[in-house]
Amino acid sequence: MIEVKNIKKTYTNGGIPSEVLKGLSFRIDDGEFVAIMGPSGSGKSTIMHILGCLDSPTEGRYFLDGNDVSDLSDDELAEIRRKKIGFVFQSFNLLPRCSALRNVSLPLVYSETNKEERMAQAEQCLEDVGFLKEHFHNLSNQLSGGQMQRVAIARSLVNNPSIILADEPTGNLDSATGKIVMNTFRRLNTEEKRTIVVITHEAEVAKYSDRTIYIKDGLITEEPIKGK
Amino acid sequence: MKLTDIFEETYTALSANKSRSGLTILGIVIGISSVIVMVAIGQGSQASITSQIESMGSNLIAVTPGVAMSSNSRVSSGWGSAQSLDNDDLERLKAELVGVKGVAGELSGRYQVIANGNNTNTSVVGTEPAYAIVKNLGLASGDFISEQNLRNASRVAVLGPTVVEDLFGEGADPVGETVKINGLKFKIIGVSESKGGLMNQDDAIFIPLTTIQRSLVGRNRLSTIDIAAESTAVMSSVEEQTKAILLDEHDIANPDEADFQVMNQAEIVEAVSNITATLTLLLAAIAGISLVVGGIGIMNMMLTTVTERTREIGLRKALGAKRIDINRQFLFEAIVLTLLGGIIGITLGSLISFTISYFDLIQTKISVLSVVLAFGISAAIGIVFGYYPARRASALNPIEALRYE
Repeated sequence: MIEVKNIKKTYTNGGIPSEVLKGLSFRIDDGEFVAIMGPSGSGKSTIMHILGCLDSPTEGRYFLDGNDVSDLSDDELAEIRRKKIGFVFQSFNLLPRCSALRNVSLPLVYSETNKEERMAQAEQCLEDVGFLKEHFHNLSNQLSGGQMQRVAIARSLVNNPSIILADEPTGNLDSATGKIVMNTFRRLNTEEKRTIVVITHEAEVAKYSDRTIYIKDGLITEEPIKGK
Repeated sequence: MKLTDIFEETYTALSANKSRSGLTILGIVIGISSVIVMVAIGQGSQASITSQIESMGSNLIAVTPGVAMSSNSRVSSGWGSAQSLDNDDLERLKAELVGVKGVAGELSGRYQVIANGNNTNTSVVGTEPAYAIVKNLGLASGDFISEQNLRNASRVAVLGPTVVEDLFGEGADPVGETVKINGLKFKIIGVSESKGGLMNQDDAIFIPLTTIQRSLVGRNRLSTIDIAAESTAVMSSVEEQTKAILLDEHDIANPDEADFQVMNQAEIVEAVSNITATLTLLLAAIAGISLVVGGIGIMNMMLTTVTERTREIGLRKALGAKRIDINRQFLFEAIVLTLLGGIIGITLGSLISFTISYFDLIQTKISVLSVVLAFGISAAIGIVFGYYPARRASALNPIEALRYE
């Protein structure tokens, strides 16, 4: 469960402070599929970084599963990310020249899981996202965009996180592959009750979710923005 | 992060760019192997010089004349220039010294030598039969100077192997032939064994002491008195006795005004050892510079790697890697590079040292200490030069690292 209360974030660039988030409050319950939508510059990446514990808010409180994680140190945040958050990036971010299995099992390396168990869990997750068994040992640079994004989704599942955060997951894919990826998220939410948060600027993508939070100029707005 | 996983990551990372890793390792290999070779050459030379000095005879004490100082000038002509040792000194030492194996007087000079139509300029040493015992000199053929030769001041000569080679050609046995020294005919009665060494005794001709004093120099003086003590234990006693006897013979009360000098072989060995130890250190220091350059190569590669893998570092951090995980991973890479370089370098260095010895170019001696030291240094270089890049990697901000193009 995610709860943010009056989150503000100010960046200082060359001595000039600019407030990117101007006081956001919302709540995402376990098992929800939520899209955070907004045009570029709206602050949606910044809120994703804060939700993903990659960054801390300047003001306001962020509760993850009931715990206040607003003021944790870098290493404490790393630990939260390892245990509770799964990331899916626009540009996949797979380890180059490494097999699909090794990529998926990477988060488990940092929780000191032994190798057999890592491989077993990675295989399970790859199967969950519909990745074909015959490609398990293919190197990441030999995979297609859709395959890479499915490996990335499997990787976000492997540590059994509280939420999966996807930042423009279809941004680098053609529309047909994008649909497959979004259907995968949809299915993970319905069948496995995974909590999924997708950050996007496309209404096409947002419509797969149960609920959409619109952000504009660092604030939540009510009316839907006309999609590009 | 488990150690086995760090190993796996390191292997993947280093094998991803084999030529770069190889070249970086090469830098360390060159550094380590040159340290090994240089130290081996230094220590080998030290050992061989020491053994050469010792081959000239063991427990040796040499008495040489002191400084010649003309009465009304303060200009010194250097040690050995005075003509302060003579046959009387020699006779007294022979009669009174206790605990000696032998005492031999020596008078040498350089003369033109002709034989077999060949001409050479060499050192002619006039000495006594005891010389062979004192200086541990063996004979390749014929005999050494006898007591009878000495009494009769016979014109007989024992040739060193280098002189034989110069005058008669390699491998010749000239015993029975004659040789002209400074225009006088001498009969060759023997050839000495090759000894090599610093003060080359191979390029010399030995004749009876009486002969050189009467026929060539015309005075009863000596250039050196060689004394061999019975054992190392009595060395200092013999040295003291020698000083006392000669001071008495020369009527000198104050030992500081002695007109002779007594040198102990152990002191010579020590002095030479000090010089070669300094040389060894110098050689090692020069080789050490290449090791530092190798270390900078490691740092350069690691910094490049960190920059290239910025996105990967960002990803690992996003997936839950802590600072220490990233730090260890990169530090480990640097250490593995240097240790690999160290192992190859030690092997290569030992091989080169062995080859140099094998082909008799220079004596080398590989010490366990230099190997251990080289290994330790290579690991230390990995830590020192890997520390900064690793810290830089671990301090990266994950958001910026993930955005890095």
